Amino acid sequence: MATASTPPSRPVTDDVAPRRSDRSPWNWLLLVPIVVPLIVPIYNSVDPKLGGWPLFYWLQLVFVGLGVVTTVLVYRMTRRPAAEREAAARAVTRDMER
Amino acid sequence: MGDINVVELVIVVVLFLVVAVMGFAAARWRRAQSLMHLDEWGLGGRSFGSWITWFLLGGDLYTAYTFVAVPALMFGAGAAGFFAVPYTVVIYPLVFLVVIRLWSVSHVRGFVTPADFVRSRFDSPTMALLVAITGIVATMPYIALQLVGISAVLKSIGFSGSGFAGELPLIIAFLVLALYTYSSGLRAPALIAFVKDALIYLTIIVAVIVIPSKLGGWGEIFGAAEAKFSANGGPGVILPATGQLGYATLALGSALALFLYPHSITGVLAASNRDVLKRNMSALPVYSLALGLIALLGFMAISAGTKPIGTDGNTIVPELFQQMFPSWFAGIAFAAIAIGALVPAAIMSIAAANLFTRNIYKEYLKKDATSEQEAKVAKVTSLVVKLGAVAAILFLNPQFSIDLQLIGGVIILQTLPSVALGLYTRWLHRGALVAGWVAGMVAGLWMVYEIPKLNPDGTVARAHFGGSSFALSKLGFDTKVAVYAGLLALLVNLVVAILVTAVLRAMKVDDGVDGTADTDYTAEREDPTVRDLPDPLSSAPPGLDKEVRTRG
Repeated sequence: MATASTPPSRPVTDDVAPRRSDRSPWNWLLLVPIVVPLIVPIYNSVDPKLGGWPLFYWLQLVFVGLGVVTTVLVYRMTRRPAAEREAAARAVTRDMER
Repeated sequence: MGDINVVELVIVVVLFLVVAVMGFAAARWRRAQSLMHLDEWGLGGRSFGSWITWFLLGGDLYTAYTFVAVPALMFGAGAAGFFAVPYTVVIYPLVFLVVIRLWSVSHVRGFVTPADFVRSRFDSPTMALLVAITGIVATMPYIALQLVGISAVLKSIGFSGSGFAGELPLIIAFLVLALYTYSSGLRAPALIAFVKDALIYLTIIVAVIVIPSKLGGWGEIFGAAEAKFSANGGPGVILPATGQLGYATLALGSALALFLYPHSITGVLAASNRDVLKRNMSALPVYSLALGLIALLGFMAISAGTKPIGTDGNTIVPELFQQMFPSWFAGIAFAAIAIGALVPAAIMSIAAANLFTRNIYKEYLKKDATSEQEAKVAKVTSLVVKLGAVAAILFLNPQFSIDLQLIGGVIILQTLPSVALGLYTRWLHRGALVAGWVAGMVAGLWMVYEIPKLNPDGTVARAHFGGSSFALSKLGFDTKVAVYAGLLALLVNLVVAILVTAVLRAMKVDDGVDGTADTDYTAEREDPTVRDLPDPLSSAPPGLDKEVRTRG
């Protein structure tokens, strides 16, 4: 599993950002909630109804959930190690105190 | 003036005052030591965590106008109005990887506006100026539209008078807004967004429980809408076969446009780090769910037999609340809409002011401006922008703002090749970007000019600027299908940009120096190059000016 970042092998100097990459095979998952809600024929129908709601309406609201699930999944799978995230949080506090 | 509902008025005024006090107090919130600095004033110190960013972006992207206009569209046009849902579903996965690159490069290089980025990335002051002008022109009518939301509420409370007396509440509301953004910058809307969202969610939850039970259930509501929209052989509560492509392209085009608006970018840059943004891309769809339910208020109004005030379709939601809720709760709902207008209006005026100050004033009018002068100009500009919005609503037909906002979506899309693609590649030549922008603008404006507004019976109500869905038959295709004009214009823009790039590259025309490095785009908060508060004046390399900051 590829993660969002790999610690650089060379030493981090004071004025250079480490070389990282946002690339990950997990990112391809993001295409699902982009493409599916745009294929109108899948949901452009009244039946099957759900609690009085035509398919057109309830299925599109279900797609909201699809978007949430995929972005959460991609975020968690490409997340940086906890130590790095803590370093970022510390940097925020440091800047606020300065 | 007609009969003013005193209970509603008192509740709206009290909540409005609470918010105004919060707005002024916001200057002290989260310890802003020196507001007289553009980054401090315009980006809130760039240190907003996950929750504040969620409220801020939510308040920024889902505006009061949306909450009023989307149900109005559902009421008038049926299923087509529901495009707001797929639009706000596809947007987050679409920009998930893009906004974090923008955040990183902006925090390394000290960019406050999209035009700052374009100037540095493509070494092109011309393209930066075009991006700045496009952003300002697209944002101005958007601010004016927030007033349309407030004025719909005021009409429902009973302010039906015309002329100055009738508009006075609107003027007062916007003056208060103008004053506290002037003193508190981006902190004011961030703080007010909490109140706005609490009120909006409360209203929606109550509305989707109370109204359907009063109307006899969701089956009744959809049944009434079905009856209305299937009359005369209509498609009922789904899209006609010829409307599907238009629906999908409008959703996609609107999604591509939203994060190009300067106010969205201002909200993104105010986040404290990349993880905050990524988490928000998963959390913001909660608003989309709310928006879907709000859209259905339009169908509830059909079922309840609600009638808009006069010809103003935007009053349909306030009128429905008036009809369904006791006065005290209608007052809370109205306050939610009115306060909901203030958050985006404040952020939009700040974003427009940043664009003017950094990319027009400092670039072209006064190159040696100090950071104090810059901050002052930004503040005054944000005042002027808001006064302009009030003037536009008072002196011009509100329909003019609605038309302009429609065009705004089409033109802001023309900045996509330089702003969004620019985050990934520098292959497009700076000259080609300008050429593509010009071609896309001409094509887009021509298309929206050619779109007539039709009456429900099919006759032409207005020959031009009647919408954004462009009939392909105008291009000679034998079809009834229509497509979102903005997306077509973007296609023209991209084709021209690619062709001209190929020519310019073949002719070996100089394409300038990239002011950014590859590592900038993935920089994380803890990196030494990432700055919280870059000094816009500093010409020193990034990371070297920490000692000379004016802050604390």
